[in-house]
Amino acid sequence: MADYMTALFFKYLNIKPHKPNWEDRDRFVLSNGHASALQYALMAGRGYFPRAELLTFRATNSRLLGHPSSVMLPGIEISTGSLGQGLSVAQGMAMGCKLAGKNELTVYCSCGDGELQEGSIWEAVMSASHYKLDNLILMVDANNAQIDGYVEDVMRLEPLVDKFKSFGWQTIEADGHHMQSICESFELAQIRTGKPTVLLFKTTMMKGCPTYENIPGWHGRPPTPEECSGMLKELGFDETYEEARKTLAEDC
Amino acid sequence: MSINYRNILPSTQWKNELTRHAYGETLVELGSTNERIIVMDADLAESTLTRYFRSAHPDRFIEMGIAEQNMIATAAGLSKTGFIPFLSSYAIFLTGRAWDQCRNTVDYARCNVKIAAAHGGISVGKDGPSHQSMEDLSNMLSLVNMTVVVPADQIETRKVTAWAAEYEGPVYYRLGREKVPTITTDESPFIHGKALEVVDGSDGTIIACGIMLSQAILAAELLAVDGIYPRVLNMATLKPIDVEAIHSAADETGAIVTAEEHSIYGGLGSIVARIVASSHWRVPVIPVSIENRYLTSGPPEDLLEIAGLTYIDIATALLKSLAMARGEFEVGGVRILPEMEKGDIRELKFGG
Repeated sequence: MADYMTALFFKYLNIKPHKPNWEDRDRFVLSNGHASALQYALMAGRGYFPRAELLTFRATNSRLLGHPSSVMLPGIEISTGSLGQGLSVAQGMAMGCKLAGKNELTVYCSCGDGELQEGSIWEAVMSASHYKLDNLILMVDANNAQIDGYVEDVMRLEPLVDKFKSFGWQTIEADGHHMQSICESFELAQIRTGKPTVLLFKTTMMKGCPTYENIPGWHGRPPTPEECSGMLKELGFDETYEEARKTLAEDC
Repeated sequence: MSINYRNILPSTQWKNELTRHAYGETLVELGSTNERIIVMDADLAESTLTRYFRSAHPDRFIEMGIAEQNMIATAAGLSKTGFIPFLSSYAIFLTGRAWDQCRNTVDYARCNVKIAAAHGGISVGKDGPSHQSMEDLSNMLSLVNMTVVVPADQIETRKVTAWAAEYEGPVYYRLGREKVPTITTDESPFIHGKALEVVDGSDGTIIACGIMLSQAILAAELLAVDGIYPRVLNMATLKPIDVEAIHSAADETGAIVTAEEHSIYGGLGSIVARIVASSHWRVPVIPVSIENRYLTSGPPEDLLEIAGLTYIDIATALLKSLAMARGEFEVGGVRILPEMEKGDIRELKFGG
C-alpha cells in the first residue's frame, strides 16, 4: 500500500499542505483508517506537519490518533475507523464536486480488501455507478490479508474484477509495488469516462522484508523495537529503530 | 380562575395537520433561497414528502435507493464539500440500521448533516412494531455532537427545519406519519435548546415533546376542571436540554411528569429524572413513556391508549406526583393506591 500511496501523495493528489482547506483541492479518504500511520507519514512528507510529530502516534492527546480524526488534524478530510463507510463519504464528496461544477477535482478513496466484506461498500459501489461518478477513484489494497487470516479463507471476495465490472465500474488491475504500473493506472483512472474507477492493486503485506512478508498475523500487531530494526535493515536502511526515532525527533 | 395559555392555542381551536407535509414544503422554500441545500431520500420520497423538493429542485434531490447506511455517509461527504444535506427515511431505519454511520462519520466528524426522520414514535400505527420507532431518541441522544429535536406540530416543524439550515452541525429531528393537532402559532418562538412554557401553572409541571404536547395540554385542561393548574412545558429540544427550565419547574412547582412517545429507556423522562435527581431529590418525576414492550398493529389512537400515552395517563401521573411531593397518598379526597388503575381514578376524579 505504501508504494501506490506514495505515488498518489507525491504525484497525483492536487493539494496545498499549508492550506489544507483550499477549496479546489483533490480529496483523499482513508476508508481503511487503521492504515493511519502511512497517511500521517505521507502528510508529514508533504509538509502538513513536522516529521517529529510522527513520534506522538497513538499517544495521549496526540493529533495522530489510532484512526484518523478530521476534527483533530487539518488535512484529514473525514474521520474514519469503522470499516465500510469511507467509500460512501468519498462518493458524497464526488457528488459535491460535480454539483459545484468542479468535475476536474478527483476524489480518491482507499479501502482494504477485507473491508470489501462490509455490505455498505456495495451500496456505495452501486450508487457511484448509478450516478456516473467518474471523478471517484477507489484504490483497493488487495494483499489477501485480514486479522483472522487470508481473505480467501476468512470470506472469499473473488472474482473481484467481475464484481466491480458487473456493477458498472471501470476496473484496472495493477501490481501495487511496481511504480510504473502504479503511475499508468492512476493516469488511466483520471480520464473521465462516465464511470467510477477501481484500482485493484495486488500487493504483498510487508513487501521488502522477506522475514515478515505475507503473514496475516502482522495485520494488526505493532513490531517490537528489535523487529523494527530488523525490518529497516531488510528494507535497506542503515539506521536502527532507535536511530530512526532520533532522526525523526530532530525534524521539528 | 381559568387556564392560562401562553404561546399556543386552546384545544378547541386545534386543527389536525401533517408534520411531514410542513417539512416537504419548507424544504422547497429553503431550497429556493439557499443553493447549498441538498435533499436525499431512501426510496421514501413519496411518504416523507421530500418529493415536493424533488419536483421543485430536481438537480439538488438525490435518490439513494433502499440503502440508509450509504445515504448517511454520502450526506457526510456532501457536507464536506460545502453543501447542507437534509435526508429522510423512517426513524427506526435511520437511527437503527445506520447508527454506526451516524456515530462514526456524521457525529464524530461533526458533519453539517440534517437527519429528518419520518414515522417517529408508535403512532405510525398499522405497519406494526418493525416500522414503529420508540428507540430513535435514545439512539441519537447518546451521540456527542448531535442536536436532537422533537417538533410538536407542523408549525414548529417549519421553524425547526429553517433553523437547522442555518445551524452548523449535525441535527436529528423527528416527524410523524399521522396528522397531529396544530397547537403552536406563527408567533410561538422556537429557540434551540430552550423550553417553551405553554400553560402557566404551579401545581406540578408536565414536560412534553412532540405529539405528547397536545396530550399534556388536554391533561392540563382536564385537571383545571378540578382546580389543579400544572405548568406545561414544550421541551422541543432534547439535546442540548434546557436545564434551567427543569430546575425552575422543580423549584416552583414541586412535582414533574414527563410525556413522550418513546421507550422509557433513554428519552425525555430519563434526562429529566437525571437532572432532577442530581439537584432536587425531594421532587418526584414520573415518566409517561412506553414501558419495555413491543406494541402491535392498529390505529394510532388505539396504540397510544395501549401504550399508556393519553391525557388521562398524564393527568393521573400528575396527581400521583403531587401526592408524592406532599408526602401524602390522598389528592382531592381520592386515595391514590399503588394497585389503583387509571380508570378508577378517571371515574372518581373526573366522573369518567
